[in-house]
Amino acid sequence: MSDLTKMTLKAAVDGLKAKQFSSAELTDAFIGAIETANPALNAYVELTFDKARQQAAASDAKLARGEGGALEGAPLGIKDLYCTEGVRTTACSGILANFVPTYESTVTANLWRDGAVMLGKLNMDEFAMGSSNETSYWGAVTNPWKSRGSNAALTPGGSSGGSASAVAADLCLAATASDTGGSIRQPAAFTGTVGIKPTYGRCSRYGMVAFASSLDQAGPITKTVEDSALMLQSMCSHDAKDSTSLDVPVPDFSSFLGQSLKGLRVGIPDEYRLDGIPAEIDALWEQGIAWLKDAGAEIVRISLPHTKYALPCYYIIAPAEASSNLARYDGMRFGHRTDKAQSLTDVYELSRSEGFGKEVKRRIMIGTYVLSAGFYDAYYVKALKVRRRIAEDFTNAWNSCDVILTPATPSAAFQLGDAQKAADPVAMYLNDVFTVTTNLAGLPGMSVPAGLDSSGLPLGLQVIGKALDEGSVLKAGYALEKAAGFTARPDRWW
Amino acid sequence: MAIDVATVKKVASLSRLRESDERLEALAGELNGILGWIEQLNEVDVANAEPMTTAVETGTPLRDDVISDGDKVRDVTANAPKSVDGFFIVPKVVE
Repeated sequence: MSDLTKMTLKAAVDGLKAKQFSSAELTDAFIGAIETANPALNAYVELTFDKARQQAAASDAKLARGEGGALEGAPLGIKDLYCTEGVRTTACSGILANFVPTYESTVTANLWRDGAVMLGKLNMDEFAMGSSNETSYWGAVTNPWKSRGSNAALTPGGSSGGSASAVAADLCLAATASDTGGSIRQPAAFTGTVGIKPTYGRCSRYGMVAFASSLDQAGPITKTVEDSALMLQSMCSHDAKDSTSLDVPVPDFSSFLGQSLKGLRVGIPDEYRLDGIPAEIDALWEQGIAWLKDAGAEIVRISLPHTKYALPCYYIIAPAEASSNLARYDGMRFGHRTDKAQSLTDVYELSRSEGFGKEVKRRIMIGTYVLSAGFYDAYYVKALKVRRRIAEDFTNAWNSCDVILTPATPSAAFQLGDAQKAADPVAMYLNDVFTVTTNLAGLPGMSVPAGLDSSGLPLGLQVIGKALDEGSVLKAGYALEKAAGFTARPDRWW
Repeated sequence: MAIDVATVKKVASLSRLRESDERLEALAGELNGILGWIEQLNEVDVANAEPMTTAVETGTPLRDDVISDGDKVRDVTANAPKSVDGFFIVPKVVE
């Protein structure tokens, strides 16, 4: 029975359709796995087992009649950033600790339309601000992977740390996640899972708790590239409730898997060779280049000259948008309200200061500062112009290549409670050095597990594509996955 | 330009956040570190660069000017810290 949890999403969906097992059996297997693992991993912050069993029963009835959607009966985990009707949604912030949405996000509504089953809500950094899942109001998530010969608890990355940990530990078939600067791809790389952020606007942001609206984008974390195509197919849609949602046809993502790479030009950006990056990551990158070449792709050297400015640019734009978005938490209409106030200003200031965590407050203040009179042009407008330069780098690169291959992260998973990263916010921010450029440019990016480092921890490679060309990203990602033959799994210590 | 504690205090107040004096001092150091790192953007030539506000350029979609939603008073106040009969109860504003 426990083996059911080890299946891929694709195998599970096919098995359900072939009536090899029922959704009720599959769901119960995951419930058992979560009950065993969650006290150790803290991946789920809200369990919805009753709802899961009801959805599973409904799916089994449909499947028995030979009906059902593309994900019928498949148990998933949902990042706590997606509003789920009647199920507490906190974005892992104290200010939303008791928030129960009366509506459903479009992305999750699409998943339920296609028959998916919800096991619960997954842990994340508070408001998705973090790269180690340590800023969560509900406590850090632990990575199921451990360094060889060490018992130290490692981060699963962030902000989608709960999603990555749950998928890697077989606590759901697949999970929703979201990516503002790397929050899908970095945790996927740290846990040996696949994470894809589609083109900005592919998925509706309706019902996703907002962090930085011009950068936030939904996407899945899955066990395989094939599974990510399946999840993405369901998650993407045009939505009138999100004015930035793209009114374009969604292609059949699975159709790109296994296509020949002949004629595909793969760009290798010089500027991604950074000082101080472990030699193992450079070696894996070289290996990835060789794999794609063997598969028929043409390798092209490219230049993305403004790469080094992407992170500082991001740390103006994202906090600026966050300070504006998070102004809605005022203790009046929803969210935490202080009981210590003497004046109206007290209500605002104390409710917010009690409700928000340290990193969120820091980013609100950076955002407020760069938007304040006298600094708006010097910081905010400047960053918007640099963002244009970064996007132009990619536009120029597409003259000579079709996709870009880079490392996913500058390191493997690091220890929870890393003192240097806790003391220096910039050291933590550097986690997103390879991923943040695609958020600024709005491009699709995917992290694929490609190997293990010398201490046995997974490392990922990233494929970046042109806007709306997730197809080529999936095609190249699938080829990498096949060539890497990554089958390593974390030992079950929980 | 270095940020002093008084500036941090002002930014906190603009942000509607109240921080202890101890924390304000620490924040001054942290914000200086972050903004110092951000200063490298000054190296970039942004002459004639149009500020980029959105990742994907599309026109603003317009919808029909009709009522398509409503009658959700219960939903709207469901998560209010305090509410009575479909009204938000807020602290006294005018003395």
